[in-house]
Amino acid sequence: MTTTPESTSPQTPPNGVSVSGDSGVASSTLLSLRGITKSFGAVQALKHVDLDIPAGQVTALIGDNGAGKSTLIKAIAGIYAPTSGEIFWEGRKVNLHTPRDAENLGIATVYQDLALCDNLDIVQNMYLGHEESRHLTLDEIKMELNTKRVLSELSVSTVQSVRQLVGSLSGGQRQAIAVARAVMHESKLVIMDEPTAALGVSQTAQVLDLIKRLASRGIAVLVISHNLVDVFEVADRIAVMYLGTLVSSGPASNYDTSSAVEIITTGGSRADATASFK
Amino acid sequence: MTNTSETAVAPRVSAGALRGQLKRLRQGDKGLLPILLGLIVLVIYFEIRNSVFLSSGNLTNLFVQATIFILLAMAEIWLLLLGEIDLSVGFVSALGATTAVILLDNQFHWPWFAALPLAILVTTVIGTMQGFIIIRLRLPSFIVTLAGLLGWEGVLIFFVDRQGTGGTIPVQEKVLYGLVNSNLSPMWTWIFVLACLAVLIYLIVRRDQSRRASGLDAVPQFVTIAKAVALLVAGIVLVMIFNKNRGTFTVLEGMPYAIPVDIAMLAAGSFILTRTRAGRYIYAIGGNAEAARRAGVNVNRYRLLAFVFTGFTAGVAGLIYASRLGGISDNVDSNLVLLAVASAVIGGTSLFGGRGKMIHAVIGGLVIATIYNGMALINMSAATQYIATALVLLVAVAMDAVARRGSTPSR
Repeated sequence: MTTTPESTSPQTPPNGVSVSGDSGVASSTLLSLRGITKSFGAVQALKHVDLDIPAGQVTALIGDNGAGKSTLIKAIAGIYAPTSGEIFWEGRKVNLHTPRDAENLGIATVYQDLALCDNLDIVQNMYLGHEESRHLTLDEIKMELNTKRVLSELSVSTVQSVRQLVGSLSGGQRQAIAVARAVMHESKLVIMDEPTAALGVSQTAQVLDLIKRLASRGIAVLVISHNLVDVFEVADRIAVMYLGTLVSSGPASNYDTSSAVEIITTGGSRADATASFK
Repeated sequence: MTNTSETAVAPRVSAGALRGQLKRLRQGDKGLLPILLGLIVLVIYFEIRNSVFLSSGNLTNLFVQATIFILLAMAEIWLLLLGEIDLSVGFVSALGATTAVILLDNQFHWPWFAALPLAILVTTVIGTMQGFIIIRLRLPSFIVTLAGLLGWEGVLIFFVDRQGTGGTIPVQEKVLYGLVNSNLSPMWTWIFVLACLAVLIYLIVRRDQSRRASGLDAVPQFVTIAKAVALLVAGIVLVMIFNKNRGTFTVLEGMPYAIPVDIAMLAAGSFILTRTRAGRYIYAIGGNAEAARRAGVNVNRYRLLAFVFTGFTAGVAGLIYASRLGGISDNVDSNLVLLAVASAVIGGTSLFGGRGKMIHAVIGGLVIATIYNGMALINMSAATQYIATALVLLVAVAMDAVARRGSTPSR
């Protein structure tokens, strides 16, 4: 249970924060978890997890199957209320009981299955559940213009037409649309569950680029991944989970592939990862 | 896919839009073209076999025949879009008709403006009830409405036989009777059709204009104009068919009232499906209910709404049905619902949910009516009629399934 000490005091909004990259010290903590525990009956899926997620940086959450990564993001996304522990958002203590609570704070989650409707086009998917309307009817022009704007801001340029059905898109494009939808509604934290798991080489590169662009826009990104190559490619910070415990966390530069693998598989030594692997 | 760079962002008139349409075609939104071609082939065949087919009298009759299929198919499409089905819709609409007929003609003598809405209310309540059971108890709609198919026929027989009129109740009230059997005057036919065309063309032109004005992909101007001209020509031809005197002894001309009823339901249904949140959510739920739920859509509310719409539309269909038969009997054709589903699917609506339009009901209903009408004209046996309908349906479903496979995401 070794986390790097970081400030949890009230902070400036993430948009005003400069990207600190691998400096090791997060300039602005957006979300702080303190002592998060989650039990399912007798099973403790999360044991006293402390984690800070800074704005404008990509935090990678890694660990073996069953380490508790999914449970942790579901606690942040408001799907599972933690059994005990506290969550601070921009320094304020918050309760996340429903996905709506998380969404209202500005937490968007992109699940592995993306939750897109293949029979709807890109614009319709981007606005699903948040449609713009005018005179009681849908304002298609406004939605289409905004969709184009958001996609171009994120440099998602491979789709031919935003009126294309999502079912016709490639895996990388679908991922991009799901991410674009997540950030469109003023999200400050985007959680992504295995964003590159189903993708080929070039599409993975596109998605990783997209993740970096999100961070450079001041958005905090929390990525779950099994793929350490991708993690080291994109992450500013790394947090390792082992059997429900957060065993190590710190700037990505403090880790290399072999040290990360060792912590994932053995839980690491009791010593601070930062100290032992620098 | 990777080298198109900025095409999505830069406004590009025509090329992008056309490419999008081609793409949609391949994905299974095959459009109306194939089925319209099929319809034309059928028409030509029947006309060659019997030149009465294209007479204005027979065509008017064909449109009226199609009305019942069209309305029931519209009722069905609300649910097909969700990936659900309503097997009871035929008997539910007949039950609505029975309500109207009994209240109008027997001992009650209600005025039409009370009886007809009440009939529609009855079917709406029945539809809502079935929907409620399906959603609340999480039962398959197939089974619940199968129970409805049996149960509502029983209720229907009970009420019709209780009237003691020998298993049929005739319609004597003139508004209900006139729905199918009376016509707009030729002048009002012109006014009605031209007004509809004006609104439709205005909407199309305005949409294309505002897309162009906002710098979005739009079809080229000549396509917009071509669409408007085609609609105008079709409308004028329709008026000329209806306005030709088709009576033998007395003058019989103008558009039967049933056609404006169809058009009103088509307009209302299309509006809800394409211009409102409710419609958008019905498509979304049919495509991926879990995605809709996570996007914050109250899935059960909109599913129930579709059942409400189905019930309502079935009520309207029932009135047309009673009017056409000149009454209601305890022996309602149990094939009605199957032909309704067939009409929707032949028109291009998917059985698997998420894909379909109200206009599909019109096209599919016309195809089925054409087969029935034409086969009767060339004296084909009932056996051949059934088999021909079956073949058309099979082709339509096969196209649906193939299109669906073509639309699965390529990863």
